[in-house]
Amino acid sequence: MKHVSEKDINEEIKWAQINTDILQSLQNPRKAYWVAVAVCVAMLACAVVAEVYQYQTGLGVADLNRPHMWGLYIATFIFWIGMSHSGTLLSAILHIVHADWRKPIYRFAEAMTTFSLMTAGFFPMIHLGRMWNLYWVIPYVTDRGIWPNFRSPLVWDAFAITTYLTSSAVFLFIGMIPDLAICRDNSTGWRKKLYTVLSLGWQGTDRQWRNFRKTYMLMACFLIPLAVSVHSIVSSDFAMSIMPGWHVTSFPPYFVAGALYSGCASIITLFIILRYFFRWEEYMTMAIHEKICKLTFAIAMVWTYLNLVEFGATWYGHDPVAKEVLISKFVGPFAPFFWAMLFFGSVLPFALAFEKSRRNLPWMFVVSLLLNVGMWLERWMIVGPTLSHAYGPESWNFLWPSIVQWAIVFGSFGWFGLLFLIFVKVVPAVSMYEVKEMVFHRRREANPELAARFHRRITDAQSVTAKPGIEGA
Amino acid sequence: MSLNNILTNWSRYRKGAEEGGFHEYEHQWGMVVDLNKCIGCNACSVACYAENNLPVVGEARYAKSQFMSWMRIERYWDEPDLEPYQASPTANVDVWIETNPPAGKTALKPSMPGSYAEGLLEPGGQGFEERVGVFGTKGEMQDFGASFLPMMCQQCHAATCEPVCPVAATYHTPDGLNAQVYNRCIGSRYCSNNCPYRLRYFNFWSYYEDAWPEPLHMQLNPDLAVRDKGVMEKCTFCVQRIRVAKDEAKMENRKVRDGEFATACVQTCPTGALVFGDLQDPESRVSKLWRFHQVEQGKTKQNKQNKELRGYRILEGLNTDPSVMYLERVREV
Repeated sequence: MKHVSEKDINEEIKWAQINTDILQSLQNPRKAYWVAVAVCVAMLACAVVAEVYQYQTGLGVADLNRPHMWGLYIATFIFWIGMSHSGTLLSAILHIVHADWRKPIYRFAEAMTTFSLMTAGFFPMIHLGRMWNLYWVIPYVTDRGIWPNFRSPLVWDAFAITTYLTSSAVFLFIGMIPDLAICRDNSTGWRKKLYTVLSLGWQGTDRQWRNFRKTYMLMACFLIPLAVSVHSIVSSDFAMSIMPGWHVTSFPPYFVAGALYSGCASIITLFIILRYFFRWEEYMTMAIHEKICKLTFAIAMVWTYLNLVEFGATWYGHDPVAKEVLISKFVGPFAPFFWAMLFFGSVLPFALAFEKSRRNLPWMFVVSLLLNVGMWLERWMIVGPTLSHAYGPESWNFLWPSIVQWAIVFGSFGWFGLLFLIFVKVVPAVSMYEVKEMVFHRRREANPELAARFHRRITDAQSVTAKPGIEGA
Repeated sequence: MSLNNILTNWSRYRKGAEEGGFHEYEHQWGMVVDLNKCIGCNACSVACYAENNLPVVGEARYAKSQFMSWMRIERYWDEPDLEPYQASPTANVDVWIETNPPAGKTALKPSMPGSYAEGLLEPGGQGFEERVGVFGTKGEMQDFGASFLPMMCQQCHAATCEPVCPVAATYHTPDGLNAQVYNRCIGSRYCSNNCPYRLRYFNFWSYYEDAWPEPLHMQLNPDLAVRDKGVMEKCTFCVQRIRVAKDEAKMENRKVRDGEFATACVQTCPTGALVFGDLQDPESRVSKLWRFHQVEQGKTKQNKQNKELRGYRILEGLNTDPSVMYLERVREV
């Protein structure tokens, strides 16, 4: 691959150049884009057909059965919820620890958070026997005085996910305001109207920036505990139950680690796609790619460790049934998938540990997809084996999920892809103002004199309304 | 419960939280199943189908384990060899054993797919000789035969299904029953997943559409609903009969008498293996049997003075506190 720079970003880059480079991603799409849209719509159509059929006929068409009350739907639900966590990791956690290499890549990661939550939210609905009564899990006042059961982890899920979805969407939007103003200033037609509304009258005044920073920081601080709690709550769907293999104390951290893991892997995937198609080598540099790969590797090892903790605790514990479920994972009907999960989840990430392998972007693209296959399998391995092999031997069985389940799972990727494709054409997928910020910091480190000449402060009695891009050029 | 209540009655609150369930019962309907008497005839199961409008799902759906037998007879062979299951690529023991015989045994002819080896285990049935060769000697099979375990909802007092339902469609009644409100159920199926006995059945299809073709629809019991797709259901201890008995007793201004009514399975059992009654009534047959076998409610381990007593509750170590006591089968070895 082209070796661009060993720096996180080239500090010589001009600010007008940044605007031009990023805004070109919003230009009229090329043929490849429409092909991608068509593929996503086709995938989504599969899911819609399957779901309509299932809605009309009953969940029997999904080949769910008595021990296997939950199938791929819940597994995929956890998968999508998990994928949402890395956006928050990049946009909030790395923000408050001032890791500025996140700046060129956090926007699409945060969008990924929102869209994967929008995907995940469908699954608990789809898997309901009577979807039309879904709203009964929401506490609303009726004359009948019936409330949801607040002890049920599914109700916690409903709260946690809606809160997380709302907050991350708001957070995504807030972070985009200064960029939307740039878009507004550089667009015409319907886009101009759209961005004028969305940018909320952003002028880039000092006061606006101050309020903006505070709000952004506040939202970041709010979002971090929320993100951690959301997947902990999702894990309590299992950990709060009495079933062997689900009733595991280490599930909340295990789920959070798995979530960050699959999220980081998909960030690598999207990173490579965006870098290639929008030719953003200047922004999504190899140095940043290295960092995100190392981060993914570290999280993979945490996940592996928590896996071993779970195995060890079960093996040396005093619950023979849980131990039997563990054994059935290794040698039972799910064994091929279980071993595949261990391979993709714990062995394959070592590809991220070596520089030579890390720098090979096509290879990394494949690896990151496989890591996500592993993480999807992990979720299935959480849901499936316990159901197929719990207490009573009478209800031990294994039923391969039907085409309906597979179609809906498959279609969810189309839905996510579609949302993401719309996203990259409507808002800039790289944060322009934060890249400028990053360039500014690097410039100040590298050449303080030049930076002082380029960037004046209010105290320098200069006009503050002048566009910074012009000065930088 | 207000905060003040919680603070002033902390110990009571804690106790309630720990013991779970409902504590001020009018009745506590319970059952005793004597496994010595059970002959595995499935009459109870048939009676349950008739009484509770259970659909007969057909072979294909049965093979997919989408059937609805609230009362089911589980069949166990002595000392089942579970090793093959654990090493199996498919979980169906029958199929697996047929294709992968243990070392030193001969392979079996493949049986009909999906059928639980119909006739294969009867002497003279197809493949009986080979099958016996897998499980043990012919002599052992005939000596011991199968064990039968009738399983109906255990009506746990600390039911694991209750706290997990998002819409509180399953709850504990003052009758000590674990009720399921079909109209409230949204079909999240969490209750079934959290039932260690796997005794909750889900309407995966609109079974009624083909379960009772005319004129069979005339046999439906008018005392309870026919369920549509998407709701969970399970044994209710024939709550419609309980309701009638209570109403009659109330009209005549008396208590419900023991033995005044029974659930369909109890009524039908030809050997009297099942006994039904009110555990709160100290004079009921059920209470006497529980006392005799020194099985108490609210315990995770029974402390028996006489180890010879046969009473036990299934998986009571999980603190589900079931209302059904089983009497162990005693055999000559």
